[in-house]
Amino acid sequence: MSTHDHTEEHHTGLRVYVAVCLTLFVLTAVTVYVAKFDFGDFNIVVAMVIASIKASIVALYFMHLKFEDKLTWIYALYPLFLLFLLIGFTLMETFTRVPVIK
Amino acid sequence: MANGVMTQTQYIPYLAQKGLKSWILTTDHKRIGILYLVTISFFFMIAGITALGMRYELMTPELDFFRTATEYNIAFTLHGSLMVFFFIVPGIAASFGNFLIPLMIGARDVAFPRINLLSFWIYLVGTAILLSALAQPADTGWTFYTPYSIQTGTKVIMITLGVFVLGFSSILTGMNFIVTIHKLRAPGMTWARLPLFIWASYATAILQLLATPVVGITLLLLIAERAFDIGFFDPAKGGDPILFQNFFWFYSHPAVYIMVIPAFGIISEIIPVFARKPIFGYKAIAYSSFAIAIISFFVWLHHMFVSGISETAAAIFSFLTMLVAIPTAIKVFNWTATLYKGSIDFHSSMLYALSFIVLFTVGGLTGVYLGALAVDVHLHDTYFIVAHMHYVMIGGTVMGFFGALHFWYQKWFGKVFNELIAKAAWFLIFVGFNVTFFPQFFMGFQGMPRRYATYPEEYISYHSLSTYGSWILGLGILIMTINLLIPLWKKGRPESSNPYGSLSLEWQVPSPPPHENFEEIPTVTDWTYAYGKK
Amino acid sequence: MSSTAEHAESHAHGHGLGEAVTHNAAKLGMWLFLGTEILLFGGLFAAYALFRAKFPDLFYDSHKKLDVTLGGINTIVLIFSSFTMALAVSAAQKRNRKWLMILLSVTFICGAAFGVNKYFEYSAKFHHHIYPETNIFFALYFMMTGLHMLHVFVGMGIIFALIIMAKQGKFKEGNRYTPVEVGGLYWHLVDLIWIYLFPLLYLIG
Repeated sequence: MSTHDHTEEHHTGLRVYVAVCLTLFVLTAVTVYVAKFDFGDFNIVVAMVIASIKASIVALYFMHLKFEDKLTWIYALYPLFLLFLLIGFTLMETFTRVPVIK
Repeated sequence: MANGVMTQTQYIPYLAQKGLKSWILTTDHKRIGILYLVTISFFFMIAGITALGMRYELMTPELDFFRTATEYNIAFTLHGSLMVFFFIVPGIAASFGNFLIPLMIGARDVAFPRINLLSFWIYLVGTAILLSALAQPADTGWTFYTPYSIQTGTKVIMITLGVFVLGFSSILTGMNFIVTIHKLRAPGMTWARLPLFIWASYATAILQLLATPVVGITLLLLIAERAFDIGFFDPAKGGDPILFQNFFWFYSHPAVYIMVIPAFGIISEIIPVFARKPIFGYKAIAYSSFAIAIISFFVWLHHMFVSGISETAAAIFSFLTMLVAIPTAIKVFNWTATLYKGSIDFHSSMLYALSFIVLFTVGGLTGVYLGALAVDVHLHDTYFIVAHMHYVMIGGTVMGFFGALHFWYQKWFGKVFNELIAKAAWFLIFVGFNVTFFPQFFMGFQGMPRRYATYPEEYISYHSLSTYGSWILGLGILIMTINLLIPLWKKGRPESSNPYGSLSLEWQVPSPPPHENFEEIPTVTDWTYAYGKK
Repeated sequence: MSSTAEHAESHAHGHGLGEAVTHNAAKLGMWLFLGTEILLFGGLFAAYALFRAKFPDLFYDSHKKLDVTLGGINTIVLIFSSFTMALAVSAAQKRNRKWLMILLSVTFICGAAFGVNKYFEYSAKFHHHIYPETNIFFALYFMMTGLHMLHVFVGMGIIFALIIMAKQGKFKEGNRYTPVEVGGLYWHLVDLIWIYLFPLLYLIG
C-alpha cells in the first residue's frame, strides 16, 4: 500500500513463485483428500476455507495484490462483499418462507 | 479559478472535422457523448410514441386502438424495456457523463478512449439485436418475470440478449469513468473541490460496474432456461421462480439509482449557478451519493412483497428501504437551502431543476409509502406504482436530463436556442406531466391495476384525463426538441463561452471546446462553487 | 489515492498521458473489470448455494458421476498456467523477450490442455445421456463450467495476442509491458474461479 511512486516494479523472485505454486498443488491434494471424510454440514465449510486460502495466495502473490494500493484492495474486496450479500439475502429469504397452504 | 483559457488563434472546435468516419471511429469523449445522446434520444422518441399509443388505448374502457390485449402487452413491454434499458440507464451517465467528466476534472479525455468507443459500439450491437427482435416482440413486461417469460410463446430470447449485450457497454463505461476520475484529475482538483456531478457520476459508475453483471447472468440464465431447460426457475424441476426476481432486483434496484443519481449531479450543478450562491452542504450531497450507491444494494426485496417471499425477509427489507430515503432527503434539503436567499435567475434549465425538486420529492415520498410493507400490499401492481415510478423517472431523471440539455447546450454544440420557446415548452411539459400522472395516484389507490388494456367504467374520468395530459406532455417535448434542433443548422457561435458565469472548468474553455479540451491542463486553486465569495 | 503530482508531470511532456499514469490506470481498470466478473459468476454461486441447501442428496448423488481425476488434473494444469503467467510478467518486467514468449506459450498450451480435457469430460457426460436438463446439479455443472470455459477461451485469445505483440518486440522499454501484466490479471481470475468450482462441483463430501 505504498503511496509513493506506484510504478515501481515488483520483482517477486522465482523462488517465491515456485513456493506459491507448490503450496497450491499441496492444497489441491489436501482438498481432494479431506473430501473423503464426512464432516456433515461442515464439508462445504472445509472445502471453501481451503479454496479461499488458495484464492488468497493467487491474488496476493500471482496477482501482486500484496503490493497494490488501498484503492485496488477496496475494489478487490467490495465485489466479494456484494457477492455475500446476494447469496446471504437470497438464502435468508428462501429459507424463512412459511407455507401459506399446509 | 483556472489558468487554462484557450487563445483564439489556435482554437479548432472539436466539431470541425466532418464526415461519417470522423464520427464512427472517434475516440473524442465529446463526440462519443453526442453519439450516445442521439441514440438514446431516438429510443426515447420511439418509447414515448409507444406510450402515447397506450394512453390513447386507455382513453376508453374498451379495447379499441390495439386489436388484441397481447398487442397492448407488447406495447408496454416495448415501452418499458426501451425506456429503461436503452434510454434511461445509459441516458445521462453515458451522454452527459462522457461529455462532462473529462472537461470538469481538467483532463483531455477519459482514461481509455478506445474502450469508450468500444462501449458505444457494444451499445449499438445491443440496440441492433433489440431492433431485430421488434419483428416478433415479447409480451412479458420489462421485468421478464418467470415463469411467464419461460412459458410465453413470444420471442423473449432476442430482447433479453439485447439487454445482456447492453450490460457490457454499461460495465465498460462505469469502469472507464471510475479510472478517469481517480487518475486524470487536473493538479489541484482535489476530492473536496470536485464538481458534484463528478461525485454523482462516480457513485453511478460503481453501480454500473457491480450491479450490471448480476442482471447479465440472470438474463443468461433465462435464455438458458428457454433454450436448454435448465430448470433454475421451474418449480417442476425443483427450481424457484422467485429466485429470478431476487436476481433481477439485485440489479434493478441499484439500477434505479443508476438512472437517477446522474440527475442529482446535474441539479447540483445547475442550482448554485442560477441561485448565485455556493452550494449548501457540499460534503453532505457528495457523500449521500455514495450512501445511496451502497444502501441501494440492501433493499431489493421491497419489489417482491406480494410475490410470495418470506414474511421475515419482507419485514427486514421494509425497514431497510426506509434507510435509502435518508440520503435522498439530505440532497433535497441541501438544494432547497442553496436556493434560500439566492438571487435566482429562472433560466429554462433552472426551471427544469426546480421542477425536478418538486416532482422528485413527490416520487420519492410515494416510494416511502410503497416501501412500507402493509401499504404496499394494497398498492402493489396498481397505477399508484405507475405514477410513483414516472414521478421518479420523468419527474426526476428526465427533468434532470432536459435541464442538462438546456444548461450545457451552448457548451456542447456551440449554438444558442430560443429561451422564450424553451420556457414555453417547459411549461407544457410540467403541466402535461402532472396532468398525466397525478390522476394515476388516485386511480391506483382506488384499485386500478397496471398493465391492463381494458378497465371498468368507473375509472374513465381518471384515465381520459391522464390521456389528455399525455398529449400536452408530448406536445411540450416536441416543441422542446424542435427548439433544440433548429439552431444546429444555423450559423454563428454564442457570444460568450461562459454566459451563466459558472465557475466550473468546462465553462472556462470555448464553446464548443477544442479537440483536446485544454490547451494547457489547468491548475485548480479554488472550490467549484465559490459563488459570491469574490 | 490521487496521483495528481505524477499526472502534472506527465502532462509536462505533451498531450499524451505519462506512462506511469497509463500503467496504473490500466491495472485499476482490470481490477474493476475482475470485480464484475466475480459478480457475473455470483449469480451462479448464489443459485448453487440455494439448490445445494435445498437438495443435498441430489447434489451428493449426482456429483459422483463427475470424474475427480480429470477435474483434479485440470486444477493442476490451471494452477501451473497461473504460475507460468506470473513468471511471464516477471520476464516482461525484465524485458526478457525470449523467456516472455516461452512462458506465454506454455500458459497458452496449458489453457488448450484444459480445454481438451474439458472436451473429453463433456463428451463422456453426453455419452451417458447427461445434459443440462438432466437435473439441477448438472444444469449448474454445465452453466458454471461452460461460462468458465468461455473465460478460458477469452484468456487464451488475450495470451495469443500478447505472444504476437511480444514477437513484434512491443514490450521493450519503459512501462510498456502493461498489457502483459493486465492480461495476466485476467488469466489469474480464470484460475481463481476454477479453484472454487473444483471443490463445489467435484468434491461434495
